[in-house]
Amino acid sequence: MTNTLPRRIAGLLLCLALLALAVLLSLAVGARAIPFATVVDALWHSDGSPEAVIVTTQRVPRTVLGLLIGMALGLAGAVMQALTRNPLADPGLLGVNSGAAAAVVSAISFFGITTASGYVWFAFAGAAAATVVVYLLGGGGKGPGGPVRLALAGTSIGAVLVAYTYGVQMLDAKALDQFRFWIVGGLSGRDQSVLLDVLPFLVVGIVIALLLSRPLNALSLGEDTGRALGVNLAGTRLASAATVTLLCGAATAAAGPFAFIGLAVPHAARALIGADLRWVLPYAMLLAPVLLLGADVVGRVVISPSELEAGIVTALIGAPVLIALVRRRQVVPL
Amino acid sequence: MKALSPARSIKDVRLAADRVSFRVEPRTILVCLILILVTAGLVLVSLSVGDYPVPFPEVIKSLQGEGSRLAELFVVQRRLPRALVAVVAGIAFGVSGAIFQRLTHNPLGSPDVIGFGYGASVGAILVILFYGGGALLTATGAFVGGLLAAIAVYLLAYRSGVNGLRLVLVGIGVSAILIAIINYLVSRADLRDARAATVWIVGSLFERRWDDVQLVGFGLLLLIPITVILSRYLPMLELGDDAAAALGVPLERARLGLVVVAVGLTAIATASTGPIGFVALAGPQLARRLTRSPGAGLTAAGLMGALLLVASDLIARRAVAPSELPVGVVTAGVGGIYLGWLLLVHSRRVR
Repeated sequence: MTNTLPRRIAGLLLCLALLALAVLLSLAVGARAIPFATVVDALWHSDGSPEAVIVTTQRVPRTVLGLLIGMALGLAGAVMQALTRNPLADPGLLGVNSGAAAAVVSAISFFGITTASGYVWFAFAGAAAATVVVYLLGGGGKGPGGPVRLALAGTSIGAVLVAYTYGVQMLDAKALDQFRFWIVGGLSGRDQSVLLDVLPFLVVGIVIALLLSRPLNALSLGEDTGRALGVNLAGTRLASAATVTLLCGAATAAAGPFAFIGLAVPHAARALIGADLRWVLPYAMLLAPVLLLGADVVGRVVISPSELEAGIVTALIGAPVLIALVRRRQVVPL
Repeated sequence: MKALSPARSIKDVRLAADRVSFRVEPRTILVCLILILVTAGLVLVSLSVGDYPVPFPEVIKSLQGEGSRLAELFVVQRRLPRALVAVVAGIAFGVSGAIFQRLTHNPLGSPDVIGFGYGASVGAILVILFYGGGALLTATGAFVGGLLAAIAVYLLAYRSGVNGLRLVLVGIGVSAILIAIINYLVSRADLRDARAATVWIVGSLFERRWDDVQLVGFGLLLLIPITVILSRYLPMLELGDDAAAALGVPLERARLGLVVVAVGLTAIATASTGPIGFVALAGPQLARRLTRSPGAGLTAAGLMGALLLVASDLIARRAVAPSELPVGVVTAGVGGIYLGWLLLVHSRRVR
């Protein structure tokens, strides 16, 4: 497959267009469908009409949340897969989601916390702690069998945390009752202050992730080649782990666990433009929010007037896409 | 994953004037014996402890039918069947996990990963939510759900053959769908049903009786001979498809047969206990580290599975007494911590 520069740029523009479409749909579609013209009007100058109020107070924050979380998860997945050289790497697999979940269930059960903005710091700390432990335990993907060891470490830590989470739920019915609504993962009903809380982490994480594309690219040629090309191995690994923690932790804290985006989107990006991370990262960053916002919009429509959480829809949409990709071609090796 | 011990010794055993010959590794046999002894010891302990403790001599008497009535009720009617279900299901999970891991060349390629456990959970939860549960009905739902998920994964991964990585990736995809369905059902159910469903998802040996022993034991007796026959293909398949084909292995039939047997083993165990996590994943890993044998012998993996499940159930029963945890919480906890510890020790040794 020959990919010329213009084609790659055209592809990137297409992704951007898709993203714009997803944003518009997210603003317009819902229990009350609002014409695009009204949406655009409301964005420039709210006239106080019910439509304008819905758009500015509900749909805009929700869309921004979906946009940022999508970007974060897409980038985190791509960086994680490149770092561990493991095509299966994903926030779910490396223990990040289960760390956040364990912390949230503790917050509910032991501290009686019931609001999303109350969960944020717990989820963040849990995700960060799990990532650090998995990374230390897995030896950071060093040595023979490194990536596999990291994935095994993630699975084992994840299992311990999931066990803890279930244990707490079993012994505390009230915790189960709250937690089951957090674990489905969705953009609705998350209050706006949550986004402001995690925004700095998301922005810093996104910037670092994009800066890592070159060194990670060199590393993908093998450690020795990477070193010969002047890459600081330890520094790159540390920065990658840090950015994955920032991105996944903040995203999960804000909206609950989305297990699938970080796994599927980088695969889709590689299938579209090959393994060069300088392109994979931007593609993943644009495609992931398309998937997330699209899922959110679909969830508002399918069982209207009730809603299906975006976390459920991303799995239902994303999984068949992943399977189709896996079947159609060789999985692009890392 | 790491270099094998140089001290590993293999003996050729030839019987009946060379007509029967096989290779044994003394270390593997030793490990298996130790695993059996430890498991038996743990079973004895689990027969003894509980809210009504029965001292060891009394346990032995009860097993011989000479104990007091109360002791016999607790030891023979309550605790023994439960322990036996744990042993048999543990063997089934361990063997099944070892087959999957070797077929997929992936230590993560356990039946959980290819969606079986989640399929079983969806089946069981649907039964719990719409038909109010009931042990046999729930087990049937689990069996059907798990089997459908496994068939779906296999068919979706099949494309002129089944490749290990593709199988795992498709399994992750299907699992994601099933997890979403589980989370949705649990979030929409009323709290009592949600609780029942969650206990089932985690896996529990609570209230297992002799009927359950019969069911899971019969299933295992049926599948083990087939497993033994098919398992001779495993080492050849591991050489790669070309080499295996050159050795005369009927590739797809051997692989399909092994997958079916492995799924069958998990299905039987899952129907009787719920999709207990981590035994199928950690059992073979731990066994392999103990035997220092490249492909974990299925025997060692099965015995390790039994040991893990019996030990975990003992902890599950006593850790928060007088209430009890679902055993799946403990298997995941114990298995995860132990595997993590092994990884830590292992990575230190590498440096």
